[in-house]
Amino acid sequence: MSSLAASLQHHFADFKQQKESVVLGMWSFLIQEVMFFGGLFVTYVVYRSQYPVAFHDGAAQLNAVLGGVNTIVLICSSLTMAMAVHSASKGKNGGIAFWLILTIIFGSIFLGVKVVEYKEKFDHGFIPGIADHGLTVDHETHKPRPTGFALYFALYFAMTGLHAIHMIIGIPILAILAINGLRGKYGPEWYTPVEMTGLYWHFVDIVWIFLFPLLYLIGAH
Amino acid sequence: MSTPNHHAAEHQPTTHHPSVHSEEENYLTNETTIQSWLLTKDHKRIALLYLVSVTLFFTLGGLFASIVRLELLTPAGDLLSSEFYNQAFTSHGVMMVFFFLIPAVPAVLGNFLIPLMVGAKDLAFPKINLASWYIFMIGASFALVAVLTGGLDTGWTLYPPYSSTYSQSRVVLAVIGVFVAGFASILTGVNFIATVHRMRAPGLTWFRLPLFVWAHYATSLVMVLGTPVIAITMVLLFLERVFGFGFFDPAKGGDPVLFQHLFWFYSHPAVYIMILPAMGVISEVISTFSRQKLFGYSFVAMSSLAIAILGFLVWGHHMFTTSQSAYTGILFSALTFLVAIPSAIKAFNWTATLYKGSVSWETPMVFAFGFMGLFLIGGLTGLFLSTMGMDIHLQDTYFVVSHFHYIMVGGGVMGYMAGIHFWWPKITGRMYSNFWSKLSALFIFAGFNFTFFPQFILGYMGMPRRYHSYPAEWQVLNVMSTLGASILAIGYLLPACYLTYSLFLGKKAPANPWGATGLEWKTASPPPPHNFHETPIVTTEAYDYQSLPLSETPEKVGVSHV
Repeated sequence: MSSLAASLQHHFADFKQQKESVVLGMWSFLIQEVMFFGGLFVTYVVYRSQYPVAFHDGAAQLNAVLGGVNTIVLICSSLTMAMAVHSASKGKNGGIAFWLILTIIFGSIFLGVKVVEYKEKFDHGFIPGIADHGLTVDHETHKPRPTGFALYFALYFAMTGLHAIHMIIGIPILAILAINGLRGKYGPEWYTPVEMTGLYWHFVDIVWIFLFPLLYLIGAH
Repeated sequence: MSTPNHHAAEHQPTTHHPSVHSEEENYLTNETTIQSWLLTKDHKRIALLYLVSVTLFFTLGGLFASIVRLELLTPAGDLLSSEFYNQAFTSHGVMMVFFFLIPAVPAVLGNFLIPLMVGAKDLAFPKINLASWYIFMIGASFALVAVLTGGLDTGWTLYPPYSSTYSQSRVVLAVIGVFVAGFASILTGVNFIATVHRMRAPGLTWFRLPLFVWAHYATSLVMVLGTPVIAITMVLLFLERVFGFGFFDPAKGGDPVLFQHLFWFYSHPAVYIMILPAMGVISEVISTFSRQKLFGYSFVAMSSLAIAILGFLVWGHHMFTTSQSAYTGILFSALTFLVAIPSAIKAFNWTATLYKGSVSWETPMVFAFGFMGLFLIGGLTGLFLSTMGMDIHLQDTYFVVSHFHYIMVGGGVMGYMAGIHFWWPKITGRMYSNFWSKLSALFIFAGFNFTFFPQFILGYMGMPRRYHSYPAEWQVLNVMSTLGASILAIGYLLPACYLTYSLFLGKKAPANPWGATGLEWKTASPPPPHNFHETPIVTTEAYDYQSLPLSETPEKVGVSHV
């Protein structure tokens, strides 16, 4: 319990005040994140409304099955994250580590699938500035791509890339929490770090819930 | 606290004058190693780290301004090549906007004062506070390298397609610098929001908060909601320039005007990041040196929030001459007029506070009067520019340059100077020279008007911004402007001398040299490491000068006529 007592910082009167401050700070940070992604979503809205056909063609190039599998994987990771928070609230230190490791595994599967998808886009030449031979001409039919097709993929990589970076930042934090959990740093009085990381992780999942239909499903019939 | 007679009041532990050498240790003396500064989690020390940094960037930005003004002394472009001139005004803008004006009041004064004003031991997140300074310095380093090696020539607005495709200068470094420094601002905002909500002392209700805190709360909302948008815009510009993503490239179906929308969605509210905290300073100073409760307290508090909200709805007024539709322009124009209302509420309430007040002309008050005059001119000329037809004539002329300098320098920097002079005794425990500081205020006010008023006329006559040569008939006004800039420079150099002098040889400051209300004056100058020996309990509204003990009037303390 002594390591738990050390978690109360000197400038707070009690755990309640510390928790309230941290929760408010985290929500403010998440609002910041909404605005951060918001700039990309605005760009998406502008160009999709300007080039609906090109966006349709672009989306048709994505593998909706892989995207769908990833969506399920990510929802599962949200469930395991929620279980980790639940374990923390009950003071089950082993449970925190167990559920967090599962979350890390689901997150890693998601990123692995993403790598497969990116590799496929690379082979087809859909990456602006890096491998972009497929963005101007369709190599099968030799027809030129419609204007806005390149913008679709620019947005695809900017949006999913930024999302993936958020997951890559999240995974080491989950690992640290798992270790801290095993060391007994959390208890029913103070498990806010687990809860806050959970908020972050759910936020990143929700971003994907929006990205999946906007990028993968608009090409379906 | 029972009703104390005057003698008892002088012996209250919270108001006694600490003898600095012996019994009382303060935040400056409790630890003295370099490490204790660089790894400090004390908000007061972090504020000083920021103070040193922003002073450095202000000096650098000022040097570039001097180069610009020197070039414009003569009509021909003879001192600098046009390329170097482009770099000079860009460097001036980038340094001043992103690395001085935006952090100046919040990260220095806000950081130092908000925990003191709400009666807390520190900000809610001390480690994040320290991290914000490091993030700021990393961002600034990128920008500095960009400016000092090969320069940046896009203007601080970084418009594509010039910045994305054509400029040969260090755009990528500067973009990284702005992106990184933005997160320092966001973290400061998050910290202030949590602190104001959750760390207030017992009895300190929202409507007992000093207006400085309200102003910073509103500013924090802008920081948290606006800054991420410039961050993502910088990401898009980076992708555009390095990988040719095409977001802003018409050849690939992109639209350069989209950049302007995203850029100004942050950069217009950013003006309020610069001006709102300064307005908070002015509210404190005006009420202290009028010895009156601030007139219309709740209106002034709410006007800060109104400015923060309306500030997000007016960005299109920077784009009246782009492809933005005229109907959109009308809407933006009307919304821009609305921002004048909360600004005017503040100005009228400050004026009303003076009425029948006991006004004294201490240095911070002189700066505050300077603020009111300059901000008034800046604000009113803003109405010219928000009128669409007028703006077509004035767009990209010196009229615009002059207008935003009146707001950002005349308002922002004057407010910053007022605040530095007001809280200098609290921060350092020393008094500065009354004579030299008032002289500095006078030089800055006169020099500023001399520099920028002619630019209104130049702009009205059609002189465009960002050119290093101009027709000979505009020389007289440009010479006036450059001469004024020299006076302004002296005005800014003076504080560097007398404030530095005061650190070593200044008279020791008492806990409350101005006889002000507010919790920050109830603790020693400089404050102890944890701000208060006991958590203060607040029983009155802000600026309760009527019930202030006689012992805390400036005459009794005896420093006002030094």
